[in-house]
Amino acid sequence: MNLYFRHLHHKADMLKGISLQAQTGKITTILGPNGSGKTTLFRCIGGLWKPRQGEVRFDGQNLLALSYEKRARILASVPQEHTFPFPYSVLDVILMGRASHVGLFSSPTSSDRGRAEEVLKELAIAPLRDKSCTRISGGEKQLVLIARALVQEGPIMMLDEPTSHLDFRHQILILRKVRELARQRELVVLMTLHDPNLAMLFSDEVVLMNEGRIVSTGNPEAVITEQNLREVYRIDVHVTNLNGYRIVYPERNA
Amino acid sequence: MMRLKTTVYILVLLMPLVVGFAVLFIGAYGIGPGIVVRGLVPQIFLSHPDSDLSERNIILDIRLPRIILAGIVGMILSSAGVTVQGLFLNPLVDPFILGISAGAALGCALSVGFFPAFPTQLMALLFALGAVAITYSIARTQGEISRLPLVLSGVIISSFFTALVSIVKFLVDPHKLQSIVYWLMGSFALAGWSDVKIAFLGVMGVLPMFFMRWRINVLSMGEDEAKALGINVRRDRAILLFSASLAVSIAVSVSGIIGWVGLIVPHLVRMVVGPDHKTLVPLSMAGGAAFMILADTVARGLTNLDIPVGIVTSILGAPFFIYLMKKGGRESWGY
Repeated sequence: MNLYFRHLHHKADMLKGISLQAQTGKITTILGPNGSGKTTLFRCIGGLWKPRQGEVRFDGQNLLALSYEKRARILASVPQEHTFPFPYSVLDVILMGRASHVGLFSSPTSSDRGRAEEVLKELAIAPLRDKSCTRISGGEKQLVLIARALVQEGPIMMLDEPTSHLDFRHQILILRKVRELARQRELVVLMTLHDPNLAMLFSDEVVLMNEGRIVSTGNPEAVITEQNLREVYRIDVHVTNLNGYRIVYPERNA
Repeated sequence: MMRLKTTVYILVLLMPLVVGFAVLFIGAYGIGPGIVVRGLVPQIFLSHPDSDLSERNIILDIRLPRIILAGIVGMILSSAGVTVQGLFLNPLVDPFILGISAGAALGCALSVGFFPAFPTQLMALLFALGAVAITYSIARTQGEISRLPLVLSGVIISSFFTALVSIVKFLVDPHKLQSIVYWLMGSFALAGWSDVKIAFLGVMGVLPMFFMRWRINVLSMGEDEAKALGINVRRDRAILLFSASLAVSIAVSVSGIIGWVGLIVPHLVRMVVGPDHKTLVPLSMAGGAAFMILADTVARGLTNLDIPVGIVTSILGAPFFIYLMKKGGRESWGY
């Protein structure tokens, strides 16, 4: 079960021929500076923007040719920054993930509700069930959105900068959870990150992007190198080994 | 917790019936409860059938249709209000603010004044759809509907269509003018059973809103997110806006412009039962019916004159809108 992305030339060519694969049960992280096209790429894969050329293949079918409903049963995405228009309860928000399984004129059934409750337990956020989603912390909100993506029950999950707005502890907790879910549920996980250290720690595969092109792709150690980071971020960085971990740190003075 | 919710649910749903029955006693001509009951079910209580014949006529042909009509119109306006609020993730809109009512009014005025050959309701629907389409396209910039531009463009379109209605009033035959002016103020004073029959057509527009109510939750998350969750946003918005416009056009054609109900009632209900549209929509429908029946009773019972109910709701609505704006602060404007 491999995924082939072949976006060639977006509007005004924001993406200049991106081609990548992501595997089941593994985390593929897209790394790159602001404006490198990560979000554009995600929006194309998610079907929100139409690429000028190219396709997203999963299991032999082109996801971009599917209806919103069918695509949502395959691909779930966890949005980045998030504000709720109305103070829905956590359970209500998670149930929204079932939208692609619920008919036009109907509401979620008790089995939909049951799945939502299961996921609540799996992510250890069952106590939040009836809380208003405008009154929970950033980390909890991220977990709720992940739960909503899980009840879509698709084989692919995309997360756009899941660690932004989170404190140090929650960044780690969320990424550990994502990794665990990818392994257990055999999900194809695609995410974007800003921090090369987090990418190094939690990814199976890293795609380094710059100016709408892929600079390098492969396992984290091969992609996150001093040379690549210097080229893409244009600052002096070092990569070193410590206690079996590879650490990226920048030069303090220019 | 669950039981309390269910109790509230049932109480709100019963409200229109209770209120509707209670206000049967209220009016220029005093009628006791016993006679009301006899009037409603004369076959069972045949004790004094002849002596209260006039009371029976007042109840069956004047008060009852008026109360039922007020209930249906209230239900329509309130369900359309809650739908557009969810659809545009904007708690500050209703059919009146979006210009749907003004569009429908222009359609009706044109039909009454100049083109009696065209069915009033159809004209109302066409112009209502036109109005909401323009409001929508002005507010839609770069794919998203922002809150402040939506309210502003609604206000602009409303005043534009109201101006066109004024032209119609200016040009129309004075005999027709009086009826147009009185009807535009929003009133149930002339309600009869034929109006009730027309209003039932409006219920057709309410049905899609009722059955798609859970989807409104998802749609309220915004265009991109709803799409990512598997919803055909364009199609669903079109269905819901069409239904709301249809229902509101029919309400306007029988009762004129009655503003603010679609804003006030959903808010009150939301405060009690929370924002989940699965319960919010049916309870807003029931609440809207009860609210309108009460407002109309105030309009006809407060003085000996039959004040148009549109005036009553506007007097309540404006301060309520200010309250919502102040309470929500910057957030309600979507900055």
